[in-house]
Amino acid sequence: MNEFVFFINNVVIAGSVTGSIYAIGAVGITLVFSIMRFAHFAHADMMTFGAFMVLLLTTMFPGAGAALGIPTAIIMLPLAIILTALLAVTIDRIFYRPLRAHGVKPIVMVIGSLGVTLILQGLIRLFAGTGGQSLYVDDRKEIFRIAVPIEGVRMPVVITEPQLYLFALTILAVIGLHLFLSRSRLGKAMRAMSDNPDLARASGINTNMIVAVTWILAGGLAAIAGTLLAMDVTFKPDLSFHILLPIFAAAIVGGVGQPFGAIAGGFVVGFAETLAVFNWNVLLRPFRDSMPTWLELPSNLAFVGTEYKIVVPFFILVAILVWRPTGIFKGKVI
Amino acid sequence: MSNQNLHRREAVNETTSTFPFRELIMLTAVALAVGAVFLFMGPAYSTRMMVEASCYAILALGLTIQWGYGGQFNAGVMGFVALGGFSAMTFTVPVNQAFWDSDLPGQLGMALLWIIIAIAVVIGASRLHRIGIPKRLRTVITVVLGIVLYMVAITHFREVADQIESQAGFIGGFGLPVWVGWVIGGALAGGVGYFIGHICLGLRSDYLAIATLGIAEIIKAFLKNADWLTRGTATVSPLPWPVPGPAELGFTLARAAYLSVTALMIVAFFILLQRAHNSPWGRMIRAIRDNEVSSAAMGKNINRRRLEIFVLGCILIGIGGAALGSFNSIFDPQGFLPLNHTFLVLVMVILGGPGNNFGTILGAVAVYIIWVMSEPLALWLMEIMANVGHNNFGWELPSNLESRALQARVLVIGLLITIVLRVAPKGLLPEKVKHHG
Repeated sequence: MNEFVFFINNVVIAGSVTGSIYAIGAVGITLVFSIMRFAHFAHADMMTFGAFMVLLLTTMFPGAGAALGIPTAIIMLPLAIILTALLAVTIDRIFYRPLRAHGVKPIVMVIGSLGVTLILQGLIRLFAGTGGQSLYVDDRKEIFRIAVPIEGVRMPVVITEPQLYLFALTILAVIGLHLFLSRSRLGKAMRAMSDNPDLARASGINTNMIVAVTWILAGGLAAIAGTLLAMDVTFKPDLSFHILLPIFAAAIVGGVGQPFGAIAGGFVVGFAETLAVFNWNVLLRPFRDSMPTWLELPSNLAFVGTEYKIVVPFFILVAILVWRPTGIFKGKVI
Repeated sequence: MSNQNLHRREAVNETTSTFPFRELIMLTAVALAVGAVFLFMGPAYSTRMMVEASCYAILALGLTIQWGYGGQFNAGVMGFVALGGFSAMTFTVPVNQAFWDSDLPGQLGMALLWIIIAIAVVIGASRLHRIGIPKRLRTVITVVLGIVLYMVAITHFREVADQIESQAGFIGGFGLPVWVGWVIGGALAGGVGYFIGHICLGLRSDYLAIATLGIAEIIKAFLKNADWLTRGTATVSPLPWPVPGPAELGFTLARAAYLSVTALMIVAFFILLQRAHNSPWGRMIRAIRDNEVSSAAMGKNINRRRLEIFVLGCILIGIGGAALGSFNSIFDPQGFLPLNHTFLVLVMVILGGPGNNFGTILGAVAVYIIWVMSEPLALWLMEIMANVGHNNFGWELPSNLESRALQARVLVIGLLITIVLRVAPKGLLPEKVKHHG
């Protein structure tokens, strides 16, 4: 049973943590992809920006959380969401709207977003330095060790405080997104514009408004994902740049333009990563005595070493692009 | 569409003037900038900068073929640069006798043979439906066989790799002449480019960008962690030069000699590319880029031409990466950064003018000077601001100004991309579109 708890800690919990972060990130990517029709490379740096705003606010008011009993970073998150959404809308006004007005090809927009990536990264590095900083400025990160009430199990299930907040916020974000897209007028208009922009415009939908709403949603979700990622590990300027590829993989796996596909894709990619680097030999340990003697299993039965984690989302991405370009949820190939 | 055509017509009229004003102005500006660097930073520093700029110019030529001629956006320049650098290292570093004298080469060969056999068996299993086995069963067999054989092969391989690392350090080099390493670097990058192109060129351009970005990260992850092949983070140095090194000639002269080699390469590539550009093949390529549908209707094999373009660009990038790696004289897989090697080259191409070879070379030199010089300039600015703040408002001086000033480069490159896209979307020296009739 110890092995099973090990599996829960290393695959179930770790997979859902990375999966949730990828899912929230991928929703933003897929929204921009389906409304503006280009791959927004600066999304990961919007995440970093959100986390950086939380860091700034937390260092300014380190005691705010203690009064309510929750981490200061979580209290500062709504403010950071607003700031990041503002940033997203501003970036669109300054950089993307003129390009859109010129009617450039999507790939030029992609290059523009690369420029925005570098600007954001440069600015964050100029102000935050390049080292890592903890978002827990004043208080401590709590780690819960839950003993399993079964005899002979010594290993506890380990879960940290930010991970609990992460699960709660992911569920909240998904429910909120679902309600927004299916119930509100704006959400319906967004879906209409994603399906057919010309028809949407012809039926009197204010496209500028939809674009702004998309950026607000994408920016807000990016701030959540970035902050939760930075809370789980530490804040670094290039932190989320490394998850850019997995979130694109998640968005494409789920089918471009399908917000709920993106969420599913996020979990698929997150679990695939953790399963690929998991050492299966651990699970086989209890059965070792009953195995035939000629079968000598190597001590490392992981598919790839942890150092090749970045390779996994990419392989999923290529496999999906080759065999099923619409993704599992039948998204668009724009 | 009509809007775009109008745009193109204007560009044609602009560039039909016989006297190359734009080229001359830009050439003078770049020459002045280079002169200023020589004046302020001394010849040793400036020759180093020029050699690096010339290597980047080769990379930029490679990217301008892909992006300017073919309209394919390769966001994985770094990966091909790394392949070039790897090949320059492996083929030119002296032979490692500790490895070749032991029985390790045989074991390594066996492990590789295992992998090849496993691949062959899995491919065979995937064809089982041809002898009447139901497709569903075939898929199950292939997947299970693939997983098991992969595990066996990789375990075998890990053992051998560990032994090589502990006994011999790494495989070592082949001690061949430097140019061999460079040529193989180009071939290796071209081969990988062929493989990627085969999979990804049918996709939309955004997807190609994402895919190449991923490939670059994978190549870097492999080179960083395959200690048995590259020594990983332990780095390999010194790499030999194609010309006498600083020990014999002194820094400035040795670098000048290296510069003459890279400059010769640039001239050769430039002439070849110009000829290709003006040939029927070049016309066909441009026709495909400008209107894919009608070229396909004229019977042009679009996917094949695209693959050609992509591989050609990758070969140039590989050779440029090899030249850059040899010049740095150290192979450090961690030193390959998307920022330096992908985005910087991208800015060189879009600033110089995609599809215009001369503009790309000038753009490479200009952007490299901006990249190198933005750090001291930012430091100077920050020091002034910090001092003013300190004297007037009593600011505390941050201690790490230098390391922060270094980050100004990132900002400047990002600003350059966005400004160029806004102000001169076709670059400073736009591609010349010949207008017949």
